[in-house]
Amino acid sequence: MITFTNTSKRYPGGFEALNNISFNLAAGEMAFLTGHSGAGKSTLLKLIALIERCSNGQVLVNGKNLARISRRGIPYHRRNVGVIFQDHRLLFDRTVFDNVALPLVIAGNSRQEIHKRVRAALDKVGLLEKEKLYPITLSGGEQQRVGIARAVVNKPPLLLADEPTGNLDPELSREIMAIFEEFQRVGVSVLIASHDISLIQSLPYRVLQLDHGRLINDIGGRL
Amino acid sequence: MMARKRPAQRPVAETRGASVGKRGLRIGLHTYLLRHLQTFFYALGQLFQKPLATLMTSAVIGIALALPAGLHTLLNNTQQLTSDWNNSTRISLFLKQNINERQSTALAKKLRTKNEISKVDYISREQALEEFSALSGFGDALLALDENPLPTVLVVHPAMVINSSVAIEALLTELRTHPEVDLAQLDMQWVERLYAMLDTLSRGIWILASLLSLAVLLVVGNTIRLAIQNRRDEIVIIKLIGGTDAFIRRPFLYAGFWYGLFGGIIAFILVQISLLFLQEPVHHLANLYHSQFKLNKFELVNTFVLLTCATLLGYLGSWLAVNRHLKDIEPS
Ligand SMILES: Nc1ncnc2c1ncn2[C@@H]1O[C@H](COP(=O)(O)OP(=O)(O)OP(=O)(O)O)[C@@H](O)[C@H]1O
Ligand SMILES: [Mg+2]
Repeated sequence: MITFTNTSKRYPGGFEALNNISFNLAAGEMAFLTGHSGAGKSTLLKLIALIERCSNGQVLVNGKNLARISRRGIPYHRRNVGVIFQDHRLLFDRTVFDNVALPLVIAGNSRQEIHKRVRAALDKVGLLEKEKLYPITLSGGEQQRVGIARAVVNKPPLLLADEPTGNLDPELSREIMAIFEEFQRVGVSVLIASHDISLIQSLPYRVLQLDHGRLINDIGGRL
Repeated sequence: MMARKRPAQRPVAETRGASVGKRGLRIGLHTYLLRHLQTFFYALGQLFQKPLATLMTSAVIGIALALPAGLHTLLNNTQQLTSDWNNSTRISLFLKQNINERQSTALAKKLRTKNEISKVDYISREQALEEFSALSGFGDALLALDENPLPTVLVVHPAMVINSSVAIEALLTELRTHPEVDLAQLDMQWVERLYAMLDTLSRGIWILASLLSLAVLLVVGNTIRLAIQNRRDEIVIIKLIGGTDAFIRRPFLYAGFWYGLFGGIIAFILVQISLLFLQEPVHHLANLYHSQFKLNKFELVNTFVLLTCATLLGYLGSWLAVNRHLKDIEPS
């Protein structure tokens, strides 16, 4: 699903955030990306979602070389990559339903289709009864779940999550992880950036560890 | 780097859009149009959420467009009015005070026989006084006078053969030689001057219209620029989840469209009200000149042109702003 080959990322300004990274994430695989603050976790996810472009090496997603995707092609690439942001990035002037519906609206789905899929996605994250509320009235964990529903509503084959449990208590964090596991079980590839070591170690998945832009550890899942 | 092997699992997204047949294409077109229509009215709804700001922007556009549109209508009216006067060079002969009615009618009769003259209007002193007091509002003051101060006037309409200014001059000189004539006045120069003036005015209005159209572009452009800035976060989010530039651009373009249309409607209303306001005094003025002239309202064609131009300007203004500012907003 994702293949990095000798990939480096140098930001304008000269800082090398990723240095010669190589790894492969299979379709339907779930993995954690960890490392100290500033290690390059977010940068790596940004390369996959084409928010940034790599300076060296190559990145393949779903068999496609990202260097070959032009500016005009970026939106279509992003529709196949569900991204969950630490700061949720919800639209606060729209209801939960409308937030989750946005990717489907963008893709031009019919009303009935949108209605069906949004309710299915909200059901999966356990927020069906809050669809008419505005995100500002939700707790942090609930907002994060809205973000997850929005990321999965158009059924992308790949999910990226950047610190999805950043501000959540351990109980909520486990709940969120359970949701990701559910998606992984139906065949979605999931890559989660996190420095919540205890949480990562409590789960049986592969861990990629970054340190100052280098991949220093790639520990396979215990399953 | 080995990935664990899992039972064959199909990425869910691949099941989507696999069966795009003819039917799918038709439905696709249908939803495409529906989506446009939705955005179209969504943009309208957004404007109505801030009615005051929308009204102010539209009013600025309206005033800017009402000015050239109104002036154009007035000019049209004036040109229509003066077209009647095109061949109406006239010479007014003011007769001396001591000329009595018999003498003046004799003179009129004599002039009528001339080849160079097609018609002579006879305005007696009593007629002149009557009209003057009726129309000038000085009636009472005139009644206070013992004697009618107004002279007899013969209005001479030159025949068609007199079509050069030299010939007119000659006729004028000839008419001045009559001993009964106190003053012979040619009423042509001012018509020519009026024409030259109207021509200049017409160009002036076009220049004004161009400048104010530019102003409309800038007003809409600036309003849309602010709207883009206000919705920066939203734009970033939409880009992050796969919104195309066209998708993001659409509501702003439609907003420009609505601003233009509202501005056009306001301009139309302003012009109509102004014309209504002018109707009474213009009618009065026309009466003073014995004219049946009535101020024409804004024509249907002009209304259509005004609304179309306004809408296009709004759309173009937002298009410029969107092209200029949307590119700068990229997620990071
Ligand atoms: N746009 C940018 N321009 C320049 N440098 C950047 C940019 N974005 C990130 N960096 C630098 O790249 C390095 C890696 O950043 P990144 O956000 O990937 O770290 P991270 O592992 O996600 O850290 P954290 O756990 O704090 O989120 C940091 O040192 C950061 O300062
Ligand atoms: Mg980060």
